[in-house]
Amino acid sequence: MGSGADLKELCRTIRESRVTGARRVSVCGGTGCRAYQCVAVAQALRDELDRQGAGEQVELKVTGCHGFCERGPLVVVYPERVMYQRVACEDTAEIVSESILGNKVIERLVYADPTDEKRIPLEPEIPFYRKQERVLFGANGQIDPTRIEDYFALDGYTALAKALEEMSPEQVIAEVKKSRLRGRGGAGFLTGRKWEICGGATPKEGGTRYIICNADEGDPGAYMDRSLLEGNPHRVIEGMLIGAYAIGSNTGYVYVRREYPLAVENLRIAIQQARDYGLLGDNILGSDLSFDLRIFTGAGAFICGEETAMIASIEGRHGSPRPRPPYPAVSGLWGEPTNVNNVETWANVPGIIAQGAGWFASIGTEGSKGTKIFSLVGKINNTGLVEVPMGITLREIIYDIGGGIPKGKKFKAIQTGGPSGGCMPESLIDMPVDFDRLTEAGSMMGSGGLIVMDETTCMVDVAHYFMRFLADESCGKCTPCSQGTRHLSAILDRICKGKGEPEDLERLKELAWIVKNGSLCGLGMTAANPILSVLRYFPEEFEAHVREKRCPAGVCKSLISFNVDVEACRACGKCVKECPVAAISGGRKKKPAVIAQEKCIRCRMCHEVCPFDAVRIA
Amino acid sequence: MENENDKLLAVLERHEKGPHSLVPLLQDIQAEFNYLPEEMLRRVAESLGLPLSQVYSVATFYKAFSLEPKGEHVITVCLGTACHVRSAPAVVEELERILGIKSGETTRDMKFTLETVNCLGACALGPIVVMDGEYNGQMTPGKIRKAFEKRYVPSADNS
Repeated sequence: MGSGADLKELCRTIRESRVTGARRVSVCGGTGCRAYQCVAVAQALRDELDRQGAGEQVELKVTGCHGFCERGPLVVVYPERVMYQRVACEDTAEIVSESILGNKVIERLVYADPTDEKRIPLEPEIPFYRKQERVLFGANGQIDPTRIEDYFALDGYTALAKALEEMSPEQVIAEVKKSRLRGRGGAGFLTGRKWEICGGATPKEGGTRYIICNADEGDPGAYMDRSLLEGNPHRVIEGMLIGAYAIGSNTGYVYVRREYPLAVENLRIAIQQARDYGLLGDNILGSDLSFDLRIFTGAGAFICGEETAMIASIEGRHGSPRPRPPYPAVSGLWGEPTNVNNVETWANVPGIIAQGAGWFASIGTEGSKGTKIFSLVGKINNTGLVEVPMGITLREIIYDIGGGIPKGKKFKAIQTGGPSGGCMPESLIDMPVDFDRLTEAGSMMGSGGLIVMDETTCMVDVAHYFMRFLADESCGKCTPCSQGTRHLSAILDRICKGKGEPEDLERLKELAWIVKNGSLCGLGMTAANPILSVLRYFPEEFEAHVREKRCPAGVCKSLISFNVDVEACRACGKCVKECPVAAISGGRKKKPAVIAQEKCIRCRMCHEVCPFDAVRIA
Repeated sequence: MENENDKLLAVLERHEKGPHSLVPLLQDIQAEFNYLPEEMLRRVAESLGLPLSQVYSVATFYKAFSLEPKGEHVITVCLGTACHVRSAPAVVEELERILGIKSGETTRDMKFTLETVNCLGACALGPIVVMDGEYNGQMTPGKIRKAFEKRYVPSADNS
């Protein structure tokens, strides 16, 4: 393609070749649904379409993630957008005959509202989707990520054409600045400002500026970047191309976590297809822009999400950060000016150029513009990826979209920002979510993981979990972080084991201050957040562990015991059979089970298998 | 040995010379041989013109690399936050009891390696255990014992 006009013509031809309102069906093919065997379901649907003679006229697409992971495998029938959930291979014959060919809704496979069992067949009307604003994710359901033509059908790469033909690099930067897009990787630095700094830095003689897409999504419980790369890789590539033009770069890297093989594969295919269409390579769309992309697969190190560590990793060294300044925008990969942005940040760029900074800035709050994708996980009914306007409240996310807490349990906390973030209590549940409010509350946006915790979650154990994680992932370069996280973890370990001393609470605070203020990079500087937020919002749980040697949530093994409620026990013998250490006697012939405390290893098995909830934790 | 040498040469040839190839090259060797034998680290250093100390520092820093061979079967338990709050640690402990090893170790007969991972990003299924690539969702100590026995016990001697 020699020009933007060629591209627009191609987009138009593809769009017109597709009959609007045609029957088609899409199967969610994201990693989550794959774990539910959606690949087999898609194959079964294909076979059924053929068998029932509709293979020719009904198009079947395996798409990227639809977000509603709780209910996978997901099948959506268009044009009505009837969404079938938890679809098994056995259901496919009926879906084809009744729904696709018969125009009827199969009630048993559509969403049922948990409150009144009312069936809600249409995807946009399901409460999980109703409050979302799917600016970035909306296209996922319409795109087969292995086919660039699907992206063209949605006017793909025309924002790039607009930037190349109608705007100067300075104007592109000005537009991104005006949108006030902030980096979605965690710290929330203004993207346009970063581009400006990098574009203004001079490469070495014969060198270039680099741009990098940070897809080393390491926060546990966060997988929105993966789903963007898997489901709509061309949008990320287009964002990077616009950035390359604005900044003046001819080489880019996508640094992807190794745990994301499908994202790597779809991206690899997408890059090749973009090359085939001349959208990567020399003189893109007939312009002066020459740019190509490489994929770099991470080798498993949380710290490599930090930009200087990531650069060290690409350069063939172990992933240790270095002091900043100089910032990578001035001196990064191979000492050249390097602009690092997160996947979701790049994916926002085409929309800003196509629809304008004003449109983007109309969404969100004063200091945080646009939408944000969160992964809503943990003790929540509707686990999944949700895209919402900045400024939505936690309550709306947890209850309206997330459907509340499973099994009628009581909400306790929501953790944001991964290991750098904090746990917020119920009293903050009406807080609008944006960069600044989360930071004020002692947490942070991070990459967008929202982990919901209920009354059976021990907050001291959660603090210990994060500290152990960080001690393990600390690169070892600076002492405050490498030793500090280790000692913080050790103190929490002994508190969880019932060996905590009252002075430990002060020790934690003092050490947390040192780690926060003395560490070299973001990992250490934010490492204390999980502890400090739990100390701030859940001091009574620390007190119970330290002073009363008690774990109120019934999690910390050294502080709990399992006992059988003789009134509730029906002597079915299940616990006796399952106990791995033969610690349970009785439980047969109407004699209630009895747990020998000295033998019990607190593995929770009896608690889990008891059909009568007779095994109590104290 | 001859065969191993050919395989190594093939891997070395796939990559450009220079430090930027170090991590991808070690990933390929790990994938090909299941671990990074000492001799190969020396060859890599020589081939890329890097000091052995740099190769060793990279080989020991990243979780993808192992200096010891892994077992025939790899069992991975997700310990992401969502899995953690849904009692994944109890699942790891049950597997440790079944296999008689700690997480991160390999059974003496080289049949099983037990690993944990920070997050697989399939949180709706948590806790998740991946057995040789097959996802097992919503695991509990009881369910993992049954899933393990179903998959491995008829054919595998896990004494």
